[in-house]
Amino acid sequence: MSEIYIAKDKFPSVLGQLMGKCPVFGPVLQGKFHEFGRLERPEDVDLGYGNTRLSPKALFHPQAEKMFDFSLSKGDPEAGILKETPKDFRPRVILGIRPCDARAFQLDDRNFDTDSVRDPWWVRRRETTTLVGLACNTPGSTCFCTSVGTGPFDKTGLDVLMVDVGEGYLFQASTKKGEEFLAGLSAGEAVSGSVAEKADALKKGAEGSMGTQFSVDAIVQNPTLDLFNAAFWDEVQFSCINCGTCTFVCPTCWCFDIQDEVYQEKGSRIRLWDSCMFPLFTFHGSGHNPRSQKLQRVRQRFMHKLKYYPEKYKGGVACVGCGRCVRQCPVNIDIRHVARLMSASCVCPT
Amino acid sequence: MQGYTQRIREAAKRLLAEKKVDVVMGFRKGTIPFMNEPFLAKSPEQVDQLLWDGNCGINLANYLSGRKDRIGIVAKGCDSRNIVVHLLEYQIKREQLYILGAPCHGMIDGRRITEELAGKEPLQVEEENGRIRVSGKGFEESFDRKQYLQENCAICMHRNPVVYDELVGDLVEEQRDVDRYADVREVEGLSPEAKWKYFEDLIAPCIRCYACRNACPVCYCPTCFVDESRPQWVGKTVDPTDTRTFHFLRAYHVAGRCTDCGACERACPVGIKMRQFTKKLEKDIKEMYGYEAGVDPESRPPLDTYRPDDPRDFAK
Amino acid sequence: MNNPYLPYPVRIESIVTETEDHNQKTFKLVFLRPEDEAKFVYMPGQFAELSVAGVGEVPIGIATSPTEKGFISFTVNKVGKVTSHLHNMEEGEIMGVRGPMGNSFPWDVLEGKNVVIIGGGFAFTTLRSSIVYMLHPENRSRFGDITVVYGARSPGLLLYKEELAAWERREDIRMHITVDATTDPNWKYNVGFVPAVTKEKAPSADNSYAIICGPPIMIKFTLPVLTELGFPPERIISSLEMRMKCGIGICGRCNIGTEYVCKDGPVFTLAQLSRLPNEY
Repeated sequence: MSEIYIAKDKFPSVLGQLMGKCPVFGPVLQGKFHEFGRLERPEDVDLGYGNTRLSPKALFHPQAEKMFDFSLSKGDPEAGILKETPKDFRPRVILGIRPCDARAFQLDDRNFDTDSVRDPWWVRRRETTTLVGLACNTPGSTCFCTSVGTGPFDKTGLDVLMVDVGEGYLFQASTKKGEEFLAGLSAGEAVSGSVAEKADALKKGAEGSMGTQFSVDAIVQNPTLDLFNAAFWDEVQFSCINCGTCTFVCPTCWCFDIQDEVYQEKGSRIRLWDSCMFPLFTFHGSGHNPRSQKLQRVRQRFMHKLKYYPEKYKGGVACVGCGRCVRQCPVNIDIRHVARLMSASCVCPT
Repeated sequence: MQGYTQRIREAAKRLLAEKKVDVVMGFRKGTIPFMNEPFLAKSPEQVDQLLWDGNCGINLANYLSGRKDRIGIVAKGCDSRNIVVHLLEYQIKREQLYILGAPCHGMIDGRRITEELAGKEPLQVEEENGRIRVSGKGFEESFDRKQYLQENCAICMHRNPVVYDELVGDLVEEQRDVDRYADVREVEGLSPEAKWKYFEDLIAPCIRCYACRNACPVCYCPTCFVDESRPQWVGKTVDPTDTRTFHFLRAYHVAGRCTDCGACERACPVGIKMRQFTKKLEKDIKEMYGYEAGVDPESRPPLDTYRPDDPRDFAK
Repeated sequence: MNNPYLPYPVRIESIVTETEDHNQKTFKLVFLRPEDEAKFVYMPGQFAELSVAGVGEVPIGIATSPTEKGFISFTVNKVGKVTSHLHNMEEGEIMGVRGPMGNSFPWDVLEGKNVVIIGGGFAFTTLRSSIVYMLHPENRSRFGDITVVYGARSPGLLLYKEELAAWERREDIRMHITVDATTDPNWKYNVGFVPAVTKEKAPSADNSYAIICGPPIMIKFTLPVLTELGFPPERIISSLEMRMKCGIGICGRCNIGTEYVCKDGPVFTLAQLSRLPNEY
């Protein structure tokens, strides 16, 4: 697969040209935090960031998006009939995404894009997006990507991996889409031996700094019902306040709600992020709630990510180790700690 | 605050061993800097996990609602005030509680220190003699504790617990000459348009995760108005009207009940300063009724009392 | 790409109030476009999302059998936001249907077997579908004995009363209709709870499968009876209810462990359920 080198002083003009061809999204400083946003000018992008506050999942699965529009006007022969809301599916580039966040989209593909059902919005956005990732030279202390099957230089979920080698960026394509992306960039230079060596050393350094914090295999081997009935959930759940922070900042949490909103004689069917932390998530119309207790909801989140997902899809876990939930949880519930409890060789029942 | 930890553990061990309480609610060491985790010790063997430092900012009164057991609870000034609110609103009974009062020196604003570090990641935090020593890979910096308190702590006038059964440290001197409402007056002085924009900008990043509400000890309604589905009062998306409705109504619902413990801002993952709403209402309540929430276990919140001599016409 | 979230527009052909408490109404729906009807290929046990623009969607079991052509029917219990709205709709109005969804009762497995159908209250809808399907002249020979135990609290709360009476008169199906209690002197069927009637009628477990749908309390007390009669967990089949939104296994809320009730269910055997967390 091809690779090129672009010096940092030439990068803004390269990016400018790219932005002339298609919409480009990247990490942008908004207030005190970095978030993914549409780049208006090349200098908007800030590739010196650690990790964005929210994951970039909204680029594929917006927090709230219209699915259908309809009229409720009495005289309208089409009243009550849903029509797909027009959307912009032009090809686009997401630049500077972290390998873990890109990997999350692949994990979610297994939910949104299956043999029997394809989510049209997710699938089309995935098809029309080129993911140009940025390797993590210095992973954060809450990062644990190497423990969950990805890594700071993981190309798996990317079309192109960028490595910041100091004076410039090394671009390595790993898909056909990535090849085409590189072919379209001007100012690319051949990769010198020293750049390649530098990138290799950065990769080794980053991966070496992380280690393995828990064993996913051990969790997968523990029987579902043993884990489900384990005594430790009581302690894990105590501090949880049942907000949706962990699920909303998570790159792999995909669960959503569908709501109809009406204004006067027009309305829309909207889908919006939902959270297994909220009691309403599973609340039956009858009043029955299979997960009425906080413990059940907390357990569901971890079991879904670390046990149900690997069991259902025969591999992987629904976590990429980005550490957002660890950093953002208002009460310090740490998935690494919970994963260690779940991977214990003997899980004691309640 | 050194020494609190030891005394909390001793008291907890004693209370559990003597079966005076079923559980002791406190904090245990967090897994990341500037963060401790609320923890429920159920047996004397667990009490050595309990600790106290400047990162115990979560309001533990939030965990009391509806409990039926006998609880030992570590309470700093604001927690104790929220215990009082809970007692006044019949969320817990006094005889269920054994309050370990923790005179408070203010909680650390870890976010502001992290910002000061400009990209360097804090890994270790230690407090000593009024300084906060923060270290990470290849750096160590020291901060004046007083300058890096949570905003609500910096202007707190009730650092000592207002109700307790025993203290785990010496009472501290309360701050006197504090201007609690400088920022509120500034907003009050804005034109209606500027005010509107100020609050719109304030809540623009909201993702409707409800961390503020769920961290709040006075937000204990069995079904919050935003979760009502029949009828559904508020839309669930991040549409500005719905987000606004949530924040405005929540603020009004805690008027005269909010103790400015700062739990909401501390919990917010996107850094919204929603105390700008609650402080305005706190100021109004103080000016109109001379009332401070959770200070006096004998006096009811003004918005759930009726007096024939109420100066306002609408009550007549 | 086919959009699985887009409902097929349908017209409400008729609305029948089934029960004396007016809480159960059957909606007969006709597709506006023949091509949609052609795509809506289902088997008994499946469900669909009924959609009302501006109100929302609700998952409801399909009460008709695929042998009934030209329309589909749903018996809707008035309980939540969408179902309450549906109960106020009128014949001729336009709404939507999305589906069919979920698995069905395991018809390939049931072929050549005796089938015992046990139903309670308003959970009789997909069971009606199953009975009509099996009794169809083209299908009847594919199944052995058909036994039905169906109960409601009182005669006025039974669904599909005319059909029940017609099935009673047939030779190729054994009907045991029952009510918890009645003051009707002309009541000519059983009086007693479903578990007790099942025990009394004791359908043979030999070469048989049981399909049981009803309120949790009925299921709870009937399962031991079936076990006593010799039905192993692999041959006791039930259908679960769960809060759903997408209905196609994507939105994430209706899981029990690894299984999505909307896509992997709603039909499970007791043996399957025993391997899943008890969270439903």
